[in-house]
Parts: sequence; C-alpha cells; structure tokens
Amino acid sequence: MGRKLLFQHIDKPGIRGLEGYRANGGYRSVEKALKTMSPEAVLEEVKKSGLRGRGGAGFPTGMKWSFLAKPEGVPRYLVVNADESEPGTFKDRYLMERIPHILVEGMITSSFALGAKVSYAYIRGEYFYVARIMEQAIAEARAAGWLGKNILGSGFDHEIHVQVGAGAYICGEETALLESLEGKRGNPRIKPPFPAVKGLYDCPTVVNNVETIAAVVPIVNDGGEEYAKIGIGKSTGTKLISAGGNIKRPGVYEIDLGITCDEFINSDEYCGGVDGRAFKAVVPGGSSVPIVPYEMFLKTPTGENRLMTYESLSEGGFAQGTMMGSGGFYAYNDAQCIVRSTWNHTRFYHHESCGQCSPCREGTGWMEKVLERLEHGEGRTEDIDLLWDIQRKIEGNTICPLGDAAAWPVASAIRHFRDEFEYHVTHREKVKDPKHFAREPFRKSAKFATA
Amino acid sequence: MSARTRPITTTEGTKPFSFSEAGLAECKALMARYPEGRSKSALIPILHVAQAENDGWLSVNAMDAVAHVMGLRHIEVYEVASFYSMFNLHPVGTYVLDVCRTTPCMLRGSDDLIHHLEKKLGVHAGETTKDGMFTLKAVECLGSCGSGPMLQCGAGYHEDLTIEKVDSLIEQLRARNSRTNYTDR
Amino acid sequence: MAKVTIDGISIEVPDGTTILQAARMIGERNTADRHVVPPAMCYYSKLKTSGGYCRTCIVKVTKGSDKDPRPMPKPVASCRTAVMDGMEVANTTDPALIDARNGVVEMLLINHPLDCPICDQAGECHLQDLSYENGKEASRYEFERRTFDPIDIGDTIKLHMTRCILCYRCVKVGEQLTDGRVHGVINRGDVAEISTYISQAIENDFSGNMIDVCPVGALTDKTFRFASRVWFTKPVDAHCNCENPKCSGNAVLWMKGNEVLRVTGRKDMWGEVESFICNTCRFDRKDVNAWTIEGPRKIDHHSVISQGHYQLKREQALLASPAPNVPELAKRKELKDR
Repeated sequence: MGRKLLFQHIDKPGIRGLEGYRANGGYRSVEKALKTMSPEAVLEEVKKSGLRGRGGAGFPTGMKWSFLAKPEGVPRYLVVNADESEPGTFKDRYLMERIPHILVEGMITSSFALGAKVSYAYIRGEYFYVARIMEQAIAEARAAGWLGKNILGSGFDHEIHVQVGAGAYICGEETALLESLEGKRGNPRIKPPFPAVKGLYDCPTVVNNVETIAAVVPIVNDGGEEYAKIGIGKSTGTKLISAGGNIKRPGVYEIDLGITCDEFINSDEYCGGVDGRAFKAVVPGGSSVPIVPYEMFLKTPTGENRLMTYESLSEGGFAQGTMMGSGGFYAYNDAQCIVRSTWNHTRFYHHESCGQCSPCREGTGWMEKVLERLEHGEGRTEDIDLLWDIQRKIEGNTICPLGDAAAWPVASAIRHFRDEFEYHVTHREKVKDPKHFAREPFRKSAKFATA
Repeated sequence: MSARTRPITTTEGTKPFSFSEAGLAECKALMARYPEGRSKSALIPILHVAQAENDGWLSVNAMDAVAHVMGLRHIEVYEVASFYSMFNLHPVGTYVLDVCRTTPCMLRGSDDLIHHLEKKLGVHAGETTKDGMFTLKAVECLGSCGSGPMLQCGAGYHEDLTIEKVDSLIEQLRARNSRTNYTDR
Repeated sequence: MAKVTIDGISIEVPDGTTILQAARMIGERNTADRHVVPPAMCYYSKLKTSGGYCRTCIVKVTKGSDKDPRPMPKPVASCRTAVMDGMEVANTTDPALIDARNGVVEMLLINHPLDCPICDQAGECHLQDLSYENGKEASRYEFERRTFDPIDIGDTIKLHMTRCILCYRCVKVGEQLTDGRVHGVINRGDVAEISTYISQAIENDFSGNMIDVCPVGALTDKTFRFASRVWFTKPVDAHCNCENPKCSGNAVLWMKGNEVLRVTGRKDMWGEVESFICNTCRFDRKDVNAWTIEGPRKIDHHSVISQGHYQLKREQALLASPAPNVPELAKRKELKDR
C-alpha cells in the first residue's frame, strides 16, 4: 500500500467542506509558510522535493518558479491549469470534486512563494459543476480568513478567482490558456517570451497543473526532502494516475512513483488486470503519448521490469518507449482495433487544432481523412507510408506541442501495429463490418519492432 | 466544408435578446473580478450566461448584447464565441446531449451508445429532434474516461452508461421537460 | 551588436534583430546572397505581432550562440526568433530543414484551390512563388478541398476565402491601421475563416491595404478584378498630395496606355509595401492627371511582371535573338532555382 499524500483523507466524511478539511490537518501549510517561512524558503523546499510538473511535460516545478521575473511594481500571477482535456486524464476533476480545499490551500501557499496577490484557476467549461464546488470552497476559505487582506496577520494578501473555459483542448497549452483567460480565442502564443516573463496581462506568470499545486501542500508540511524520499531518481513523490479503458478497476489512483508497471496494471490495488480478455496495448500518459504493446509496457528494451517513473516509461525512446505524460492511463484489450483507435485519436486532434499554424491546421485533417479511409476498408498500402510522412511533417514544425501530440499516436501506432494497418488494406471487406476486430492474424507476443 | 456547420450569422428570424436583471448583475460582477482595464477576461463566462438566457444558443442578437454590456467590438465577441465548442451557434433542443466519443470512451463502448441514441431519437449526431426536445452531439473528451461511456446534459455528467440507463435517462428528461444549461447550479 | 552567420554568410546586426531580418539585411547588402532569406508568408515588418503562423520561414539553428553553442532541437520560425551573438543558422544548407519546409508548403497547398489561371493574384502571388521554389509537381492530397463562397466585403474588396492561407495580416491591418476592426478570424482549426460574421462592409479609409498585404488572391481589388493580367500592365511610380494626413500618397499606377487600371502601394524587394495609402488614392484616383508620374516602376527581374512591354531594352534583346532563346530561358530558370 503506497503512501497517500493528496488522497490521505479523501474518504473522510465532510472533507469537501472547510470544517472537515481543517479537522484533518488542512491549511497547515499556509500557517507554516506565512508564519514561519520566507517565500524563498518555500521555493527552496519545492526545489528540494524534486517535484515535476504533473500536467504532462514533467518540467521541474522549483526551476519553473525560479524563472519568474520579479520587476518592481509589476504584479505577478499564479494560474492553475485545470483545463484537464487530455483524453484519458480525469485526475484533476476527481481531486477538485472530492477535496477542493487542497487546491485552494496549495494556491495560497504557492502564491506566497511566488509573490502573487491574485491567482486564477482556469477550469475547463465542461467541468462547470466542479467550478461551482471550487467557488464554494474559495468562499468558505475567504470567510474563514484564509483569503483576503493580511492573511494570518502576515501582511500577505491573496485572492483566488475561478475562471471557466468553454470547450477547447488547446487551452491546456499554457499560453493558449492565458489568451483564453484574457477573453480571447485560445490561440497559443509564439514563444519567447515565456509566461515567466510575459504571461497573463503581460505580467510575469507561473502556470501550473492542479496536481502540481496540490502537491505543494505536503511538500511544505513535511519538507521537500521528505517528499523526495518517495520515488526513484528524478521521479519523486506520488503521482495521480487516472486509469480507464479495458481494465477491471477504472479510477484515480495515487501511486508512489517507482512501482512496477506490472503492479499498476495487474494488481487489485490499482487497475486489477484486464476486463476478461487479454491486454493488447497501453497508452500510459494520455492520448498524446506513444501507444505501446502491452509487453513493451511491462518490460524495458533491456528486459527489465518497467517502472511507473518519467525515466523508465520513456526508456527506449520513441522506438520502444513511451511517456508519463499527464497520467491519463488507458489499456486496450485484444478486441480493440488499433486503426480505429488511431483514427479516433486523430479526429480528436483535428477537431481541437486551433488553426493558427499551417502544418497542424492542414495536417491533422489530412491524417484523419486517410485514417478514415483505411478504417473503412477503402485504403491502400501507400496510405500507411503517406500517414507516416504526414505525421513526420507536422512533428516539431508547429507553434505549440499540439502538433507533436497529434503526430506521436499515429507514428507509434504504425511503428508497433503496422500489421493491423496492412490488414485493413488486405482485408477490406472484413474491416467494413463495424464489429470487426483485428485480433486473430496478429501477434501473440510483442515484437520489439522499430519502424 | 467539414461536418462542422457554419454558424447562423444573421439576425433574421431570431428573437431579440436582452439580459435579465439577474443576468446583467452577474455580468457586472464577473467583469469586476479582473484588474482595471482587463474586463474582457469576463467574455467567456458572460457568453455562458448569455447562452443560458437565450434558449441554449448564441444568436447574433445575444452576442451583440454581450458586446454592448462589455464595451467590446462585435467581431471580438464573434471570434471568441465561434472558437469554443460549448457555444452553440444554432438553435438547440431543450436538452443538449453531449456524448463523449473520444478513444477512452470508445474503448468502453461509446460508438454503440451513440448509434443507439441516433436510432432512438431518430436523428444523426449534430441534429435536433423534430419536437425540439433533444439535440444529440458527439463531442470530444469530457474528462470522464474511467466512467465511460458517458454523456453530459447541462451541468450534469451521466456516467457508466448502459443502453438501459440511457433509455431511462431519456424518459426522465422527456417527462421533466425543462431546459438544462451548463451554468445550472 | 550580434554576429550571426546564415548559410555561411555573416553579418553584424543590432541586438533584438530577428533571424529573418538579419537574413534580409544580408540580401540587401548583396543581392547575390538573397538565397539566405527564408520565405515569409505571414510575417510583415510593418505590422506589429505578425509572423509565426505559416511556418514557411522555419530555419535550423545549428549553433545557438557563442555562449551556449548547443543547436536548437527543432526548427524555429526565423521571423520570431531573435539572433544571439555567434549564432549559426542553416536556411538552404540543411537537407532536413528543406524537407520540413517543403512539408509546410505542401500543407499550405492541400486546401488551396490552385485556380491560378482565373485568379487575379497570379503573377504577383507569394504562394505561387513559394510552391515554385519549394513545392512538388503534384499533390498527394486526394480529398475534397475546403471551399467557401466568395463574398463582397464592401464595394471595393472581394474576399475569396477558399484561397486564404490564414496569415492574419489583414486582421492586423484592421487592428493597426483602421479605426476599428470589423473582421477577424472565426471558427477554429481547418474551418477557421476570415469573416465579418454578419455580412457587412469594411468601411474605413485604410481598409484597402488589406489587399496589398494579402500574400495570395484571397483579398482582391474589385475595381481591378479581371481587368487585365498584371503582367500586361505597365507599372509606374507616382505620387499625389493626398489630403489624408495618414496617407503617404506614394503609389504604383498599373497602366494600360493612359488608363490607370489599378493603384497599389509600393512594394520593396521583400514584397512588403513601403508605406500605406488611403482608399481614396487606391480606388477613386484613377485619373492619370491626378498623379505626378515619377517613372517606370523597377520590377525585380525574377517576376513575370518584368516580362511586360515597358522595359524596352529587355524586350528588344529578346526580340533580336532567335526564338526561343534557350540559353536566356535556362539562365532565368537557373536564377529562379536559387
């Protein structure tokens, strides 16, 4: 049983309200930071903790904070990215819905460290009811003096606002989020300048994921070193993984970074194994990360057990590894068709492309059309190479990472499951049946193929 | 042209719009949340208010009222409203059923659910039933990947759906017959 | 000052200069070095915050700077990336970069109608040049292309959205040159379009500059549409004492005989207008007597317009040689290939 830092009290009665949260040790980090620590000392603890951004990129949080420009007389902002839209990811919703005060607490403590008097939580529009829960928590915190002027007599003022989006995956990209928060279209900005220098309203801004900010609470409470004791190497602490797909026990799990992938997917504490059939493939970190065959998810290229860490998941590079991403985990059983899934992924990115830059705007739609053709038994062998080439032309050539995110699922699907794509060309009639599933002709065990 | 249909860009045949008193008060409160000169930040929240007060969609009249309240140029409002997928730029039914169809839900059977709803309601995804009761939309990931297939109706998430569950949901909604909005409390 | 080397050619430029601007400085210093200049479809030096969208100007930074010599991992948009002292850049010398840029051009073209034979922009279209230089002879795109109905935005401007590559330049004109933008980009992704949303005219003294900044035939001058192929006209530099204080009055008259078919701003060697003109000069001042003629417009010899009938020397040279002048044509092709 792993330690629970964020979810420790999640099942306690009344934890959603201030009283219940406070009764279980809530807001201690605010007391500790504001009464006994300097902002620099809080930053130091976050650096020591080795905490990495939990939104997908895994950038060290302490370092991100230390980049924040601090010109005289210019306000600074903390913006919490709660635009959780990466397919497979629903951990932040779970956290905000069940234990909203941990985010409020994290935002106050983090803002103290950053010197931000105002912070915003940008919540995706579909989570309107979650925004209501957060607003309620903020109102309670304000009434109890955790927000407002001169909090705990420390001289630190802070206000939190909740902002709702309106349906746009791209707003999870931090500069698109800032644009949206300014009341504009969610078009990512061209960087540099980075938000740490010119962010919200052209002021220095830190944008962090919900889980990252929540993790600041145990880090300040127990110290960064204590936090860093959990995990392996540069993957420290605990991570929320939202698990879905063809597993027995879907849900949100707080894991110690460093447990084996086998334990995560097969033990009854977490996913509980496959839902009746056999596993075929895994997307461990949200739809943008490369899909890998099940066996490749379990073992690294050198044959060792793969671990749930940033490093281990990406071992083998794109050819034989994948990524931790945002922790949006989903597994495929052998009744699932990889071509259909890839088409589905690509349709998603096509729908969510903002349309600013040419390779993503045009390329995502092109890939979708080619994949639709393949999936419906109208494709040709050359289509597979064409797809490979289109994704290659998108990757790395766009303003923001959405282009890469659209390219990787296609690249990895072709790399590892090329036989299924070929099957769709050679068995056109069979795949026209919507209930077809591409199992029999294919592998019984993973090939560690590279394309 | 893709499957995404063009917005209704005329005021012809649409009813006039003005905010209710409560709605107007909410707009003012929303605009006051931001630093001076930055009230444009309230545009998306205010568009949600306008949509809820305009039978679930944003007509040109509704958007022009938003522009007026916020002191924005009209095009600034159109640009933003047409970017975000939760803003309907066509009239919709009493209930909008946003059924998630993205991969994690697909793995758990969302395709079947959508086909079932299409057959049951007699419409294709993207269309509204003749009686104006339901608009069926197939949407992209709603962040409910562990509890799919699922759909959103108004503010509510309906998760772990089966054919039986969705049938009874439809019956309940039909019997209740009152509009739901994302902004419902 | 910072020293930057592009395709092996060095220049010292002020701090804050972008790679693209530095490349243009090299090209201006010596036109023989123009090949170091990346193509730009959306960047426009006279429009603030332009650039970064089309991705055609991507370059490979092979050395970041003297201080930090690491190469940049991905291609960067040269129009939005500032030079660092000691930076080294590959524009035409890196095969992977050329492949990536060709990919961008292919993307720009998959939904472009390729209706050049009936497009008014033909002959002065930047996308035409770009596809000639970086494109393939045939498209791999086999699906129905995106189309829109052409619409009038006012009496004088035609919007042909099907041809648009979403460079955002006209939106910046609306924002920065006129007293209030009424058009913008609506919808998202590959169905995004330039639009006024509700059909309405763009009425402003400077709206006509949208036509000049449009790199393709999406925005054309209705007073000139189908009047003539641009290479059959004779461009002359002219100016007038325009009453509008914001109007430079410096224009090019595109003439046939004594008739002024079209008035535009004057474009520099990078295809950007040097100074903006007002709509009165552009659309209404079509009487040659209302202008002071300065002389024939110097047109770059790469341009098809330079094959018109006003540069006598060239015309005579071509006529004097036995047709077809193969070495001459080959030479021009060679120049174009650079």
